[in-house]
Amino acid sequence: MRPTDLTTPTHFHKVVDCQWACPAHTPVPEYIRLIAAGRYTDAYMINWHSNVFPGILGRTCDRPCEPACRRGRVEEEPVAICRLKRVAADNKEEVLSRMPPVPALKNGKRIACVGAGPASLTVARDLALLGYEVHVYDAEARGGGFMWTQIPRFRLPESVIEEEVGYITGRGGVVTHYNHRVQSLKALLDEGFDAVFVGCGAPRGRELDVPGRQEAAANIHIGIEWLAKVSFGHVERVGKRVIVLGGGNTAMDCCRSARRLGGEDVKVIVRSGFEEMKASPWEKEDAMREGIPILNYLVPKRVLHENGRLTGMVFEKVKAEYDAKGRRNLVPTGEPDVTYDCDDVLVAIGQENAFPWIERDIGLEFDRWGLPKLDPVTLQSTLPNVFFGGDAAFGPKNIIWAVAHGHEAAVSIDLHCRGEDVRDRPDPHVRMASQKMGIHEWSYDNDVSIDLRYKVPHVEERLALRDIRVEVELGYDRELAYKEAQRCLNCDVQTVFNAKLCIECDGCVDICPTDCITFTENGEEDDLRTRLKAPAINRSQDLYVADGLKTGRVMVKDEDVCLHCGLCAERCPTGAWDMQKFYLETAKTYANGARACRS
Amino acid sequence: MSYLKPTLHHPKLPTNALGLTRRDYEGSISTLCAGCGHDSISAAIVQAVWELSIPPHRVAKLSGIGCSSKTPDYFLGASHGFNSVHGRMPSVLTGANLANRELIYLGVSGDGDSASIGLGQFAHLMRRGVNMTYIVENNGVYGLTKGQFSATSDKGSKAKKGAVNTDEPIDLVALALELGATYVARSFSGDKDQLVPLIKGALTHQGVAFIDCISPCVAFNNHEGSTKSYDYVREHNEAVNRLDVFFDRTPITASYAPGEVTEVTQHDGSLLRMRKLHEDHDPTDRVAALNYLARHKAMGEIVTGLLYIDPHPEDLHDHLGTVATPLNRLDDAALCPGSAALEKINAALR
Ligand SMILES: Cc1cc2nc3c(=O)[nH]c(=O)nc-3n(C[C@H](O)[C@H](O)[C@H](O)COP(=O)(O)OP(=O)(O)OC[C@H]3O[C@@H](n4cnc5c(N)ncnc54)[C@H](O)[C@@H]3O)c2cc1C
Ligand SMILES: Cc1ncc(C[n+]2csc(CCOP(=O)(O)OP(=O)(O)O)c2C)c(N)n1
Ligand code: SF4
Ligand code: SF4
Ligand code: SF4
Ligand SMILES: [Mg+2]
Repeated sequence: MRPTDLTTPTHFHKVVDCQWACPAHTPVPEYIRLIAAGRYTDAYMINWHSNVFPGILGRTCDRPCEPACRRGRVEEEPVAICRLKRVAADNKEEVLSRMPPVPALKNGKRIACVGAGPASLTVARDLALLGYEVHVYDAEARGGGFMWTQIPRFRLPESVIEEEVGYITGRGGVVTHYNHRVQSLKALLDEGFDAVFVGCGAPRGRELDVPGRQEAAANIHIGIEWLAKVSFGHVERVGKRVIVLGGGNTAMDCCRSARRLGGEDVKVIVRSGFEEMKASPWEKEDAMREGIPILNYLVPKRVLHENGRLTGMVFEKVKAEYDAKGRRNLVPTGEPDVTYDCDDVLVAIGQENAFPWIERDIGLEFDRWGLPKLDPVTLQSTLPNVFFGGDAAFGPKNIIWAVAHGHEAAVSIDLHCRGEDVRDRPDPHVRMASQKMGIHEWSYDNDVSIDLRYKVPHVEERLALRDIRVEVELGYDRELAYKEAQRCLNCDVQTVFNAKLCIECDGCVDICPTDCITFTENGEEDDLRTRLKAPAINRSQDLYVADGLKTGRVMVKDEDVCLHCGLCAERCPTGAWDMQKFYLETAKTYANGARACRS
Repeated sequence: MSYLKPTLHHPKLPTNALGLTRRDYEGSISTLCAGCGHDSISAAIVQAVWELSIPPHRVAKLSGIGCSSKTPDYFLGASHGFNSVHGRMPSVLTGANLANRELIYLGVSGDGDSASIGLGQFAHLMRRGVNMTYIVENNGVYGLTKGQFSATSDKGSKAKKGAVNTDEPIDLVALALELGATYVARSFSGDKDQLVPLIKGALTHQGVAFIDCISPCVAFNNHEGSTKSYDYVREHNEAVNRLDVFFDRTPITASYAPGEVTEVTQHDGSLLRMRKLHEDHDPTDRVAALNYLARHKAMGEIVTGLLYIDPHPEDLHDHLGTVATPLNRLDDAALCPGSAALEKINAALR
C-alpha cells in the first residue's frame, strides 16, 4: 500500500467519525470536552458557528453522527452526541456578545431567500455577517420553517426556536418579510437581487388513494397539514380512536400529538416491516412508550364510512418476499383482511416537492422528478444567480442537511457576487497541535471511561400527555452530562507517527488495548488487512500506513477501534508517536478561510 | 501517565479453549522505561500462555531482582507470583517445585540476576533439571542500577558513556547446554514470531527449559557500539530454525519443503516442528549444538532458535523419587510418619 497522504486533512478528518458524518462537520469532540470542563458557552459557540441551531438540533437532530460514532464499535452504544449539544444550549451564559458583529457598513449586495426554514436562515446568517443585505420571505407568520410548523412543541419548545432564529433575524443585516408568499420567481428576480436562494422546503404531503377517501374527507387529514394546524392552535382536539398511516418521523409526531389531543386508542399502521420503517429508532421507542402500538405489514385497502362520517379502515395483510435480485416485494398473505374502527385518520406517507411559483420558461431547469437541476457541491441552478438548499434541493432530508446546504450556498453566493468561480471552493480551516505536556502527560483527559450510555431523563408520562406544550425530555443535568461527555474517546486527538524516530521496539504494539498497530512487510491492502495483529475487517475505516523504517517494514495502524488513549505514545521511547489534536472547521463566508479575509 | 489499561478491547478479540481472551492474561501496566525489550517479552509470555489455554492460576511465576525481575507484575495478573532476592530465584523456585509439582513454573530473571550474582544458583538448577521454564531477559547491563556491564556483556562492547568492556562474556546458552538443560533456546525480544512458539515449547517441556532472550535496554544499552542494541541484534541475528508447536498431528503443509523439517514429540503429547534454516544444525544433538554455537559465535553471529531439545527429559522429582502429590494435599500422617519411620531411614543410612 502507498503510505498515507497526510498533506490533506482527509485521513485525520475521517478518523473523527462523528465530525465526518455530520453534514455540517461540527467539531464534536471539541465541544464535548468543553462541556466536560463546564465551559458550556464555549461549547455552544462552536456549535453555533457550525450548525447554527444548537438548542434546536440538541433536541431534534437526526444525528447521523451517532451511528458513525467510534464508541458504538467498542461497546454497546455511541456517545449521546446530540443530547450533549442540548446541554451546551441549556447551560450557556450570554452569547450575543460572542457572536461576530454584523457589519454596519454594507457591501451593497442584496440577496433574497425564499422560505425562512433552517436552510434560508443559515444563508442569511452567513451572508449578513459579511455585510450583505438579506431579505427573507416566508408565507408563515414567523421564522423557522418546518422547525416551527411541523416539529411538535413537546419535542421542541417555542422559546428555543424564537431565541435561535432571533440570533439571525434580530441582529441587523436581515430583513424579514413574513406572511408573504412569493408567487413568482421571475418577479422576485426582477426586483434586482444579486442572487436568490430557494429554501422553500418540500411542502406537499403525499395523498392516500383508496376507495372511500373522498367520502370520509372530513376526518382524514394529511399529516403535515394537520401538524401545522396543531402548531398554530387551529386544531386542538382529535377523535378518541386514531389511525396514523406511515412509518416515518412525521407519523411518529402525528401519533404522539394525537395522544395529547384526546386520542386514547392511537395506533400506527405501516405497510412494510417494523425494522424497515423510516422513523429513527428513538422516535419509535418514544411513541411505543406512550402506549402507541405499531402494526406492520398492513396495506390500506378501503375507508369505511357511514353517512359521510368515517367509521374505520380495512387493511390487507402482506408479507415480505425477496426476488432473485434481493429486491423486496410485499405480497398478500391470503389471510382475511383486517378492519380497525376509528374516528380520525392521519396520513403521513411521505412528502413531495412543489414549486408552483417558479416559472418554467425563465431558464431554470427541473429534472424528471420535478427537482431543480443543481450542481451538487455549489447548489447553483441552471440560472447562475439562483441557488437551492434544504428540502427544496434534493427532496426531504432534515435540519442539519438544510444547515449544511445553507453554508455551502452562502459560500457560492458570495463567490458569485464577487464574480469568482463558484467551483473554486475555499479550503477548510485545519489545525494540528501536539497535546504533550510532559513525559507522560497530555492536555486532554486520556483515561477511557467504561460507563455505558446514560439515559436522558423524561418528564413524568402523566404530565407529558396532558399538555402538548410540555417538553418530554428534561435533558441531562450537569452531572449526567459530565459522565456522558467522559464516554467520548477524543477521536480528534490523533495518533501521528514519525517513522524516522521509530526504533521498532514493539512497545506501542504491546500496549495498545485494541490491537490497532502492526509492523509488517508491506503488501496490497486486501492482503495487508488480513495480516494485522487484529484483522481489519471494517473496510469503511482506513488503514494508516507509514514507511521509512530501518527494517524496511511498514507501520500499519487500523484506525477502526483506536481508543485515542495515548498509550502508544506513552510507551514509545522516542516520541515516534505523538498525540495531536486535529481541529477542522469548514469554511464559512464570514470566518476563517473566507475570501473576505484571504484577499 | 496512565496507570490502567482500558478494559475496552477489540470487538473481534478471539478466545481460547477456556473462553478467555489474551487480555485476561495481562498484568498491571508496566512501569519499565518505554521501549524496554522486557515489555515485549512480557507480551510474548501473555500470548504464549493464552495460546496454550493454560488457566492462569496453574502458573507460578518467580523472579529475582532487576528490571527483568519486576516484569512478572506485568503479565499473568491472575497467577501465583514470588519476587525473591537478587540471584535467588532458582533456589526459591526449586523449593516451590519440590513442594508442589502440579504448577507450571516460570522463572524470569536478568543477565545480572542469573549470570552475575546468581550464577551459582543458575548452574545448580540446570544440573538438577528442575521442571520449569527459565527466561533470562538479557540486556548486557544491570538496568535497574543504571547500566553497569553485566557478565553477559560482550568483550569490546561500549557503555553509554564510552567505557569499553574488557571481560570475557558468559554465554548462558552454552552453559545451560553444558550443565544438562533439556530444552535450550535463544531469541530476541524484537521477534515475537520466533519468541512466542519458543516459550510455548518451553512451557510444555517436562524438564528444565532455558531461553536466553536478548532484550535491549533502551535507557542504558541501545547505543552505537553496544552489542545488545536493537540495531546490532537485528543485523547479527542468525535464526537456525523456526518452531511451531502443535497438539495434534497436523499434516505438514506445503509451506515446508521436504527434508527441511525436524519433528519432536514431547512427553505431554505436544509436537514441536522445526523448520530448518541452517543445514548443518541438528537440534537433537547436544554436542553438535555446542559446536555449532561456538563456530557461529566466532563468526560474529548471534544464533537464535531452538538450539537443543531432549524429548525425553528427566527432572528433579524423577531423580529424587519424590511423591507425586503436592505437599499441601498430604495429611499429617503422610507428612510426619513418626519415629519408627525415621528410625528405619536412619538405619538404612548406617
Ligand atoms: C413532522 C415533521 C417532523 C420533522 N422532524 C424533524 C426532526 O426532528 N429533526 C430534523 O432534523 N428534521 C425534521 N423534519 C424535517 C425538517 O423539518 C426539514 O428537513 C427542514 O425543516 C427543511 O428545512 P428547509 O430550510 O429546507 O425548509 P423548511 O423548514 O421546510 O422551510 C420552508 C419554508 O418555506 C416557506 N415557503 C415555501 N414556499 C414559499 C413561498 N413560495 N414563499 C414564501 N415562503 C415559502 C414555508 O412556509 C416554510 O416555512 C421533520 C419534518 C416533518 C414534516
Ligand atoms: C544482593 C543485592 N546486590 C545488589 C543489588 C543491586 N541490584 C539491583 S538490580 C541489580 C542488577 C540487575 O541486573 P539484571 O538482572 O540484568 O536486570 P535488568 O535490570 O538489567 O533487567 C543489582 C546489582 C541488590 N538488589 N541486591
Ligand atoms: S467517541 Fe467522541 S470523538 Fe469519537 S466518534 Fe464518538 S463522539 Fe466523536
Ligand atoms: S513504541 Fe515507538 S519506537 Fe517503539 S515501535 Fe512503537 S513507535 Fe516505534
Ligand atoms: S533501565 Fe533498561 S532494562 Fe530497565 S526498564 Fe529501562 S530500558 Fe528496561
Ligand atoms: Mg540486565
